[in-house]
Amino acid sequence: MSDVAGSGRRRGGPPVIEPGHTYASVTDKISSIVLSRRTPLFWVLGFFVSFLLAMGLLVAVSYLFAKGLGIWGINQPVEWAFDIINFVWWIGIGHAGTLISAILLLLRQEWRTSINRFAEAMTLFAVACAGLFPLIHLGRPWLAYWLFPYPNTMALWPQWRSPLVWDVFAVGTYATVSFLFWFVGLIPDLATLRDRARRKGFQIFYGMLAMGWRGSALHWHRYEMAYLLLAGLATPLVISVHTVVSFDFAVGIIPGWHSTIFPPYFVAGAIYAGFAMVLLLSIPLRKVYGLEDFITLRHLQNMAKVMLATGLVVGYGYVMEAFMAWYSANPFEKYMIVNRMKGPYAPAYWALMLCNIVAPQFLWFKRVRSSPPALWAIALIVSIGMWLERFVIIVVSLHRDFLPSAWGMYRPTGWDWTTFVGTIGLFLALMFLFIRFLPMISIFEMRTLVPEARPLGKEAVPDDSVADEPEPA
Amino acid sequence: MRVEEERGRAWGLLGEFETPDELLHAARLARAEGYRRMDAYTPFPIHGLSDAMGFRPTKLPLVVLAGAVIGCVAALGTMWFSATIHYPINVAGKPYASWPMFIPITFELTVLFAALAAVFGMLGMNGLPMPYHPVFNAPRFAFASRDRFFLCIESRDALFDPANTRAFLNRLGAREVVEVEE
Repeated sequence: MSDVAGSGRRRGGPPVIEPGHTYASVTDKISSIVLSRRTPLFWVLGFFVSFLLAMGLLVAVSYLFAKGLGIWGINQPVEWAFDIINFVWWIGIGHAGTLISAILLLLRQEWRTSINRFAEAMTLFAVACAGLFPLIHLGRPWLAYWLFPYPNTMALWPQWRSPLVWDVFAVGTYATVSFLFWFVGLIPDLATLRDRARRKGFQIFYGMLAMGWRGSALHWHRYEMAYLLLAGLATPLVISVHTVVSFDFAVGIIPGWHSTIFPPYFVAGAIYAGFAMVLLLSIPLRKVYGLEDFITLRHLQNMAKVMLATGLVVGYGYVMEAFMAWYSANPFEKYMIVNRMKGPYAPAYWALMLCNIVAPQFLWFKRVRSSPPALWAIALIVSIGMWLERFVIIVVSLHRDFLPSAWGMYRPTGWDWTTFVGTIGLFLALMFLFIRFLPMISIFEMRTLVPEARPLGKEAVPDDSVADEPEPA
Repeated sequence: MRVEEERGRAWGLLGEFETPDELLHAARLARAEGYRRMDAYTPFPIHGLSDAMGFRPTKLPLVVLAGAVIGCVAALGTMWFSATIHYPINVAGKPYASWPMFIPITFELTVLFAALAAVFGMLGMNGLPMPYHPVFNAPRFAFASRDRFFLCIESRDALFDPANTRAFLNRLGAREVVEVEE
């Protein structure tokens, strides 16, 4: 068993699960959060506040549908602003969930186990918030189904060569696959909750969702294959989604958009923002629910390292944008970067540099990476920085392009802000519901981290007569 | 004694084990003994159990491949048909079948159909959703989703004999052996 303890502790860092846990203690600890009758006061207050904000979103969207897009600050020349900024921001946040659940699974990073479930839930809710913006940005949102290829009396088809149509398919696929991945991961845990629930209503609720899962070895055999294949499919998908999102800009000829660096730079930015959000959520959660045994300092340190690495890629992107503006000798490109640095929106640009390039440099220090409050503060700064990045790319590029006579300014209205803050409320309200009704840490995968979960393997019983027999029906 | 009386109605005998190692050991020996109609129930996937039970590699990857091919062909076919035959529009002199522009959607739909095939294929092959299964009748079966490991030898196995099989499971070190009612 000594090598097992070693695999959890690897090179002297904190372990992925604190010692002393058994299958039963892991199961009971995580399922009791959901099955407990007592709802913590923090949950009630948090849910109430986020629900209020979500109601603000409802008001803002209702008023938008009644009055039209004029209630927002958008106009010529900035026809895209908060709607697309928030879309890109939210969808980027979602990417960390898929990265943790799929890419780290394929890379056999077992520390992902205790954070993948709620990171996937975060992905789903972030994609839901993201998907809202392009829909409500349509002048006539009730015609959104025109984006899909369906047989219609107008004999019209979507424009296959438009990145905006690619977006529909990319985001639609991403939302569907994220949901499937999350739900498949939940099935065995739902069976655990079904078996452990005392109240009739909960037994029926979890029983229906678990679909009769009974932990059969033959089922696990196919389940593991399905999960692995889903991870393999989700990995290129997550990269393609933000690539397609970046095409929304890169295919346009606006200075500041028309750049080949956009796809990798957007994908790195998405992972950066997403890990910041996972830290923002996991640090308070582990504290409030006493989950420090499962979400250990090891997890926080690893996430901090991913943030630092992707932050450096993003920083490289910013430097390259400025360099290419000078090196291309294109007057419009050059003006674009000067306008970002010295124009009317210069404070946003410099705040972005401060948030996204300067702030993460503190993560080089182990003392910062080991301090949850410091990590939380840096994650918050990075989240703001990533929002500012999209503001700078979108608004600052659009407001002054080629002809000075066509220049203009953009100012967000109260409705812009209500909608944005409302989606944060919606996101948090959904997260609160999730942590109350579903296990926020994957119980069955945590059991596999318990030291005695590793069987001694083949040497336990030398046996070679079993391999070539037909399988039982 | 009850076992003897209800012999026709018993679905199988369920042995309970405390560790994955004990279960693996038991599964190997049960197979070596000649039992084929059996299944294990565990709270998490156990490495090596599929081999010990003698499962063949699952056909699921083929289902997923079929899904991927259907998604790919459907996406490319729809775009090609609409752009060249059904409603050709000349955009800036570009060719109608401008296939590089069709790749993003083709890729997304390939992934979508493959993922749907993986999930529904897995559920379908496992026969889920299945609201009722006899093994849930075993009194301590709820622990299969917590911390216990079960091996069930089903009564339709040719070698199944209530008394002998029970004795066999006990010999394998089962903590408790119970009869599963149909």
